[in-house]
Amino acid sequence: MATPYTLNQYPWWKYLLIGLVILWGLIFALPNLFGEDPAVQISGARANIAIDPAFQDRVAALLDTEKLPHKRLELEADRLLVRFTDPEEQLKAADILKDRLGRDYIVALNLASSEPGFLRALGLNPMYLGLDLRGGVHFLMQVDMDATIKQVEDSYVEDVRAQLRAAKVLYTSVGRAANGGIRVEFKDGAERDKAAQVLHKQLPSLQQTESDPLSLKLTLGEPEIREKRDFALQQNITTLRNRVNELGVAEPIIQQQGNDRIVVQLPGVQDTARAKEILGATATLEFRLADEENDWTQAAATGRIPLNSRLYKDREGRPVLLQKRVMLTGDSIVDAASGLDQQSGGPAVFVTLDGKGAKRFEDATKDNIGKRMGVVFIENKTETKRVDGELKKTAYTVEEVINLATIRDRLGRRFQITGLDSTREARDLALLLRAGALASPIEIIEERTVGPSAGKENIAQGFRAAMVSLLVIAAFMVGRYRWFGAIATAALAANVVLLIAALSMLQATLTLPGIAGIVLTMGMAVDANVLIYERIREEIRNGNSPQAAIHAGFDRAFDTIIDSNLTTLIAAIMLFGFGTGPIKGFAVTLSIGIVTSMFTAVTGSRALVNLIYGGRKLQKLTI
Amino acid sequence: MERFSLYNTNIDFLRWRKVAMAWSIIVLLIAVGSLLVQGMNLGLDFTGGTVIEVQYAQPVEIPKVRETLVKAGFGDAQTQHFGTSKDVLIRIPPHDQRNAATLSNEVLRALQDAEGGAGATLARAEFVGPQVGQELVEQGGLAALGALAGILVYVMFRFEWRLAVGTIAATVHDVVFTVGWFSLFHLEFDLTVLAAVLAVIGYSVNDTVVVLDRIRENFRKRRKGSVLEIMNRSINETLSRTLMTSLATLLSVIVLYFLGGTVMHGFSIAMIVGILVGTYSSIYIASASALYLGISREDLLPKAKEAADERP
Repeated sequence: MATPYTLNQYPWWKYLLIGLVILWGLIFALPNLFGEDPAVQISGARANIAIDPAFQDRVAALLDTEKLPHKRLELEADRLLVRFTDPEEQLKAADILKDRLGRDYIVALNLASSEPGFLRALGLNPMYLGLDLRGGVHFLMQVDMDATIKQVEDSYVEDVRAQLRAAKVLYTSVGRAANGGIRVEFKDGAERDKAAQVLHKQLPSLQQTESDPLSLKLTLGEPEIREKRDFALQQNITTLRNRVNELGVAEPIIQQQGNDRIVVQLPGVQDTARAKEILGATATLEFRLADEENDWTQAAATGRIPLNSRLYKDREGRPVLLQKRVMLTGDSIVDAASGLDQQSGGPAVFVTLDGKGAKRFEDATKDNIGKRMGVVFIENKTETKRVDGELKKTAYTVEEVINLATIRDRLGRRFQITGLDSTREARDLALLLRAGALASPIEIIEERTVGPSAGKENIAQGFRAAMVSLLVIAAFMVGRYRWFGAIATAALAANVVLLIAALSMLQATLTLPGIAGIVLTMGMAVDANVLIYERIREEIRNGNSPQAAIHAGFDRAFDTIIDSNLTTLIAAIMLFGFGTGPIKGFAVTLSIGIVTSMFTAVTGSRALVNLIYGGRKLQKLTI
Repeated sequence: MERFSLYNTNIDFLRWRKVAMAWSIIVLLIAVGSLLVQGMNLGLDFTGGTVIEVQYAQPVEIPKVRETLVKAGFGDAQTQHFGTSKDVLIRIPPHDQRNAATLSNEVLRALQDAEGGAGATLARAEFVGPQVGQELVEQGGLAALGALAGILVYVMFRFEWRLAVGTIAATVHDVVFTVGWFSLFHLEFDLTVLAAVLAVIGYSVNDTVVVLDRIRENFRKRRKGSVLEIMNRSINETLSRTLMTSLATLLSVIVLYFLGGTVMHGFSIAMIVGILVGTYSSIYIASASALYLGISREDLLPKAKEAADERP
């Protein structure tokens, strides 16, 4: 056994190692000391739009002429950051910049860390704050996969018809079967067999499942269904990403979750109503010729709709009769931009079509110059209702004639839609069209919105709770263990620093429950010190010398500390696996806190004890 | 300052084990009874629905807000002040007729249009679809069971099975007590409370393991004394640690209750209840259960292989 004099001493490298770890913690935690500036972030809407020094000068000049006070401009890889001192100035500047720069640029509100540039250059960032702390919207969206498959089957119905017609096979009907799949019916068996052959050859991806003398049932293969579902999800994510870009959000998160869900997080978004309108609805357009031969009001009143027409309503609720034949659908639209109509000066949407659509549209419009054409705006919405305790999902469409205009010319690749109420409506319509019609209806199944001021309040409260908790525990520990209590407090402070450093380094999301996790960790972290100190006291009572007691105390308490921390860690990891959003934040801080506390409370406080008490003769130990 | 002294205690804790067991069983029956009879006051996270927190520019009266909401067609909304007289919390159960996703915006608009609502801003809005709520109930239950199972396996691996069962008994006791408390007093049980319950599981086991560690150590160290005496001795020896740690953790959670904002209330209450009952259960339930299961000195003596690892 070692003599008491050398008992409580660490070799020099151990002190060095501990010092380095603490230094690492201090460096990584450092960026959190600097606050955040309200900022406006400008990036290009498309890849070919350069954010370069010339652009920076342009923005600087713009800000000067508009007399917008700002802190400074920062040019980064592909964005320009304008920092302000005051959120009011930020909001005002964002509005003006959005207006002046036009839609080539995405102007987004942001909170930029005001850490010095050299820290950022080193890759050091402050903790990533969750939406409950910075304010913003969290959406969980679900893609309606049944509708996706239905759409695919619908398009196959057309293909089947076309193939059968081309092969001159006589059929009585083609349509979607009630329980999924496509059913083709025939008058006689010979035609059925012929059709089976044709379809097998021309549309091999369809499986012919039922053998019935007078009908064929075609179903999609499992791999194709999977592929379509995947595609629907990816397309939705892409579309959402585009729309979010249009909304102007700095650092949005759009991620797949599970098989059919998408998480959208929009930090700093204040106008949630608008965000939802833009994200939640899917819109397509149909262009149809007006039915000029019948009286619209009369048709609506009597309910007798001419065979080749459909009754719609315009925005004021007035009846509009349009022909059943669709001239063009939203799929053909490549781009849509809002602007002002040069003739009337009113808001307009400029539409660009793809080649195929343009040709179709040209053919359809050339013989109808002077006639009217209606633009039907179709919105797909879904909602989940509880009917007799059962969850029922209903998808419904809202169809509205948004524009009825006279075809003035043969319309080709580019044309414009006028008759919109406001520039904002023109902008929103253009936006929805540009983002492309969504493949499948999508529904918001969870929303969490925190206002920006509430977010700030949450940070302030969390910070205060953590500080006060640290002080109370410090007082408690010093009251009970005197100098050893002070050492435990130092270890606890080091633990908080390491925890913050780890969170900053991992860029894990800090949430309000996460702060609760930090506070809770503080309480539990001192447990290790309590175990050790109580053990030291016991050893002294048992008649051991102070040095031997310290040694034995640390040594014997170690197993217990491992046991008790590991069990808590198991609970924390379970929580992480299950957790959603804020709860995950709690699990993260709790788990990291447990690990760092084992280091600081055992190794860290041991080092301090060794430095202070080790290597000298102690008559008495105040603990 | 005279420091409180706990180290020369020699309290015959286990003498009261029958009383403690009986008390625990009665309390647990009340908790389970309350859960069965009045169930849980499940929060929005689990039931689905909408919660909206609105901050007014000036103090506002609840009846007026309610009137506005009824007029706007939200007759089933619950309204209450939240923190100050300017803050209003509105809960709306899952709605049949309306598109739930846009509901929070409709409510806010209605309030802003009403008299005195000009400066009202949205502080927080949460909407949880019914399907999400159901999933969270399932996942939450699974997480709690998973945590218990994981800990059981760990404790069985580290300790003798009777002590493991004692630990789990103590932990289940604490969880049922905490959850029962929320049921009995009709406190809202939301996701953060569930997180707290899982943290209570961790804490409770932590607390119990320390006592069990000492019991095992004393069985190996002391040749004399009955099982009961050694257990009592161990509980007394760890008493000051048990109380110190509980107090330290309790203090930090109490601070959280008062300073962490209203969002953290449910969490803090669950932790406070959990820590108090966890402290009690690690003294009584864990060791008493092992005792009832007939634990003996031989069960805890190191096997030949382990003996070599023993520290001096």
